[in-house]
Amino acid sequence: MSFQPVKFYQTGTFTVGNRLLPPEERSVQASTKRFNSINSGHRACQGCGEALGARYAIDAAMEAADGQVIAANATGCLEVFSTPYPETSWQIPWIHSLFGNTAAVATGIAAALKVKGLTQNPKTRVVAQGGDGGTTDIGFGCLSGMFERNDDVLYICYDNGGYMNTGVQRSSATPPAARTATTMAVGLEPGNVFGQGKFLPAIAMAHNIPYVATATVADLRDLEAKVTRAMELRGARYIHILVPCPLGWGTASHDTIKMARLAKETGIFPVFEAEYGEVKAVLAIRRPLPVEDYLRPQKRYAHLFGKTPAVETIAHIQALADKNIRKYGLQARKEGH
Amino acid sequence: MDKPFAITLDPGSSLANHTGSWRTFRPEYVDRLPPCNAACPAGENIQGWLFHAEAGDYEAAWRSLVENNPLPAIMGRVCYHPCEGGCNRQHVDSAVGINSVERFLGDEARKQGWKFAPPAAPTGKRVLVVGSGPAGLSAAYHLTRMGHKAVIYEAGPLAGGMMRFGIPKYRLPREVLDAEIKRLTDFGVELHLQTKVTDVQQAMKDGFDAVFLGVGAHIAKRAYIPAGDANKVLDAVAVLRGMEGHDAPMLGRKVVVYGGGNTAIDVARTAKRLGAEEAIIVYRRTRDKMPAHDFEVEEALQEGISIKWLSTIKEAGESDIMVEKMALDDKGFPQPTGEFERIEADSVVLALGQDADLSLLENVPGLVVEGGMIKVDAGMMTGHPGVFAGGDMAGNERTVTVAVGHGKKAARAIDAWLRGEQYAPLPKPEIATIDRMNSWYYSDAPKTMRPVLDIIRRQSTFEEVLGGLDETNALFEARRCMSCGNCFECDNCYGVCPDNAVIKLGPGKRFKFNLDYCKGCGICATECPCGAIRMVAEEN
Ligand SMILES: Cc1cc2nc3c(=O)[nH]c(=O)nc-3n(C[C@H](O)[C@H](O)[C@H](O)COP(=O)(O)OP(=O)(O)OC[C@H]3O[C@@H](n4cnc5c(N)ncnc54)[C@H](O)[C@@H]3O)c2cc1C
Ligand SMILES: Cc1ncc(C[n+]2csc(CCOP(=O)(O)OP(=O)(O)O)c2C)c(N)n1
Ligand code: SF4
Ligand code: SF4
Ligand code: SF4
Ligand SMILES: [Mg+2]
Repeated sequence: MSFQPVKFYQTGTFTVGNRLLPPEERSVQASTKRFNSINSGHRACQGCGEALGARYAIDAAMEAADGQVIAANATGCLEVFSTPYPETSWQIPWIHSLFGNTAAVATGIAAALKVKGLTQNPKTRVVAQGGDGGTTDIGFGCLSGMFERNDDVLYICYDNGGYMNTGVQRSSATPPAARTATTMAVGLEPGNVFGQGKFLPAIAMAHNIPYVATATVADLRDLEAKVTRAMELRGARYIHILVPCPLGWGTASHDTIKMARLAKETGIFPVFEAEYGEVKAVLAIRRPLPVEDYLRPQKRYAHLFGKTPAVETIAHIQALADKNIRKYGLQARKEGH
Repeated sequence: MDKPFAITLDPGSSLANHTGSWRTFRPEYVDRLPPCNAACPAGENIQGWLFHAEAGDYEAAWRSLVENNPLPAIMGRVCYHPCEGGCNRQHVDSAVGINSVERFLGDEARKQGWKFAPPAAPTGKRVLVVGSGPAGLSAAYHLTRMGHKAVIYEAGPLAGGMMRFGIPKYRLPREVLDAEIKRLTDFGVELHLQTKVTDVQQAMKDGFDAVFLGVGAHIAKRAYIPAGDANKVLDAVAVLRGMEGHDAPMLGRKVVVYGGGNTAIDVARTAKRLGAEEAIIVYRRTRDKMPAHDFEVEEALQEGISIKWLSTIKEAGESDIMVEKMALDDKGFPQPTGEFERIEADSVVLALGQDADLSLLENVPGLVVEGGMIKVDAGMMTGHPGVFAGGDMAGNERTVTVAVGHGKKAARAIDAWLRGEQYAPLPKPEIATIDRMNSWYYSDAPKTMRPVLDIIRRQSTFEEVLGGLDETNALFEARRCMSCGNCFECDNCYGVCPDNAVIKLGPGKRFKFNLDYCKGCGICATECPCGAIRMVAEEN
C-alpha cells in the first residue's frame, strides 16, 4: 500500500478528514486550501463520479507540483461538462485535445516545456486525462507510443465503462453483460459480450513504465497517495480510476461512491499499484461480498435479475471477480488495532 | 480587447452557472438523537461528552457529562448502563464501553479535583429536599445550578441513601461516594443529617417555596414463613444497612437468601465475604425470569454462590428450611408441585423488595398513592401543588440512574413552577438509528474489557470487583464511539461532493451547503458516517 493507513482513530484513514489526526496527516481534499481544480458550476450530472474523481486526482497533482500543472484533456464528458466555450470550470492551464490524441498532445506539451527549459524551475508538470473510450479505444495508439517513449506525462483514465458523453455506447472497457445503447439487453446473450477483455492497466504494465496504478473514488486516501507517488516520478505514468456513472449505469445519484466501493469489495475491480511492470501493493478487500451485491443495484444489469435470474451469467462474472482476487491477492486481511 | 485568431468571447468561469437550480432534493445538516442518549435514564448527552473524550479533553468531557448527572464516578460503577444496550456500535462489533469511560472521567475528576462551574445568580428561592439518595442529591444539584437554595433534610447519619446503605462496598467504594457528595456540598447544597421529616407541611414552614421528596423505599416486604423461635429470619435491607455499622451482621455458616432481584444477589455475595461457607439463593422462577441482571448472576456464580431455581421456602426450622419445588405453568407462572426438600440453614435473609414509607405525607391534601407509590405528573409534581417527588418512591424502575433522572426533571419543573410557569420538555429529535448511518467508515475496534479482581479476594474481601480503565484504553474506548446522528467533523461531506458545494467553516464550526451549486445528488448524505445529513424534497 502506498500510504500508511492509520489503524484506529475512530475512522482512521477511511474518511476524508479526521479531526483527531494532525492536519498534515489528513487528505488534500480535507483542506480548505485545496485547489478545487475543477470548480462548481460544471454541468456534470448529479452525483457524477468522473467530476469527483477528476477533482480528487488533479487537486492531488496540483498539491504535489506546487500548483504547476498543465493538463491535456480528451473529448468526453469531462471536457464537455467542464468547458462549454467560453466558460470553464478548470482553474488550471487546460488544453482540449481531440478525442483520440490526448497522449500525443501531452507529449508535445512536455517536449515544449523541455525545450523552453521549464521542467526544472519552476517545475511545471504535465497531466493527460481522458475517458475510457478516449483511452482504451481511439486513443490507444497514441498512449502506447507515449508509454513506449517513456514521455514525462502522467496519464489519468477515468473509467466509467462506456462512451457516456455521446449517449452510453459500448467501449472496450464496458464490462461483460452490461447493457448500453449499442449492446442492448436482447437476444441469447443480452448486453455486452464477454469477449477477451481489455484491461488497460495490465497493458500499461507490459510497457514496463515507471508507474501504473488503479484507484476508485471510494478510496480517497489511496487515490491521493497514488497520484502523489506518480508525481514524484519522471517518465510515463498511468493511473486508471474507476468512476461510476449514475446515468450510464442506472444507479441512484447518491450511490456513486457506494458503487465504486462495491466494485472493489467484490473483486470486480482490482485496486493495486505497480512499478516497472511489477505489482507492488494491492488494496485488500475489507468485507468480502458476492458480485450480485454490485450488479443488482445497476439498471444496466437489470436483465440478469428478471423473472428467471441469469444464474450462469452471474456465475461467470463471479468467476472473473474470483480470478482478480486470486491473481492480485485481494483476499480480506485482519484489520486489527 | 484584442483576441487571438478565431476567439470571439472572453473566457468565463463556470461559477456563473448556478447548477443549484437542478435540485429536487436539498441536503440539510441535522442533529439526530443518539440511541445511547435516548436510553439513558439520567438524560446524559453521552455522544456529546464522548466527543470531548475522543479528543483527549477529559475535563471538557466531564463538564459536559455533569451538566446532566453530578455523580459520574458512582454511575461508572453502579449504573446498569441501558445506554450500552441501545448503542449502535453493537451492530458493528460490540457496544461502546460507555460506562467504563464514564467511570474513568469520574475518577479523573476526583484525582484532579475538578469542581462544578459556579451556579447561576441567586434567585432567592428556597427548596426543601427530603432524602439524600440519588434522587435528592440530583434534584438539589440541579436546583443549585439554577440559582435556587436547595436544603436537604436527611433522616440517616450519613448521606447517599441506598447507595450507602444498600449497594455493597465491593461495587461502590465509600470514598468514591463521599467524594461526589462532598463536591455537591462544596457547590452549595446544604445538607442536614439526622433530620427526619415526619410532616412535610410542617417542614415547609422553615421558609421553603417548594419541596422535593426522595425518601426511597426502605420497608422490606415480608413473606409469611412459619418459623421456629431459634431460626434467624432477617431482611436484606437491614443486613446490608448493618454492614455500614461497627459490627457486621451475624449470619452463620450456611445462609439462605430468598428472592431473585439484585438485592438478593448482593446479600448472598456479602454473606460469602463475611465468611459463610455456603450462600444459597432460593428463587421461585427460572434464570431468564430473574429480575437481577445477568452479569450480576454470573459474578455471583463465579464467587461460589449457588442458586436453587423454581423453589419456594415453606417453613424455616431450627437449623434447616423446607423448600418446595415449583413448575412453570403455560403462562410462565410458578405452581407448587408438592415435592419437598430440606436445606441446612443458619439464617434466612428475605430479599423480596421494598415499599416506600409515606407516613410523612399523611396530612397532605391532593396526593394520590397507587400501588404503594406516589403518583406524579410529567414534571414529577404530585397531586399537591409545589410538592414534587422522584426516585424509588415514585416509580417501578428503581435504579440510581432513574432516581438521578427524576431529580433532574423535577428540578426543571420546580424551577418553572417557582416562576409561575408550566414545565414543558423540549421536543426530542428523531433517533439516529443504524440504518441512517454509514458504518463502513469506522475502523474495526473490539471493546476494551475492564480488569476484574481475582476470585480469592472477591470471596474474602470487600475490595472493588471491577477495575477501571487507564488513560490509553479509556481514550481508545471513547474513540470507538461513532458519534451517531451528530457531526464529528470527519470532512466526508466536504470531500465527496462532486460540485464543491459544501463549505467547511473550520474546526468546531462544522459545515454549510452552498445551495447555488448543490445539485442535490445526495452523496454527502449517503457517505456521512454518522447520519448527520438528511435529504428533503424541494418545494415547488
Ligand atoms: C442492595 C441494593 C443494591 C442496589 N444496587 C443498585 C445498583 O447497582 N444500581 C442501581 O442503579 N441501583 C441499585 N439499587 C437501587 C438504588 O439503590 C435505588 O433505586 C436508589 O438508591 C433510589 O434512590 P432514592 O433517592 O429514590 O432513594 P434512596 O437511595 O433510598 O434514598 C432515600 C433517602 O431518604 C432518606 N429518608 C427516608 N425517609 C426520610 C424522611 N422522612 N426524612 C428524611 N429523610 C428520609 C433515607 O434515609 C435515604 O437516605 C440497589 C438497591 C439495593 C437495595
Ligand atoms: C474522432 C471522434 N469520434 C467521435 C467523437 C464523438 N465523441 C465525443 S465524446 C465520445 C465518447 C467519450 O467516451 P469516453 O472517452 O469514455 O468518455 P466519457 O464521456 O464516457 O467520460 C465520442 C464518441 C469525437 N468527438 N471525435
Ligand atoms: S456509537 Fe456512540 S453515539 Fe452511537 S450509540 Fe454508541 S455511544 Fe452513542
Ligand atoms: S454531494 Fe454536493 S451536490 Fe450532492 S447533495 Fe451533497 S452538497 Fe449537494
Ligand atoms: S460527513 Fe462528516 S463532516 Fe459531514 S456532516 Fe457527516 S460527520 Fe459531519
Ligand atoms: Mg467513458
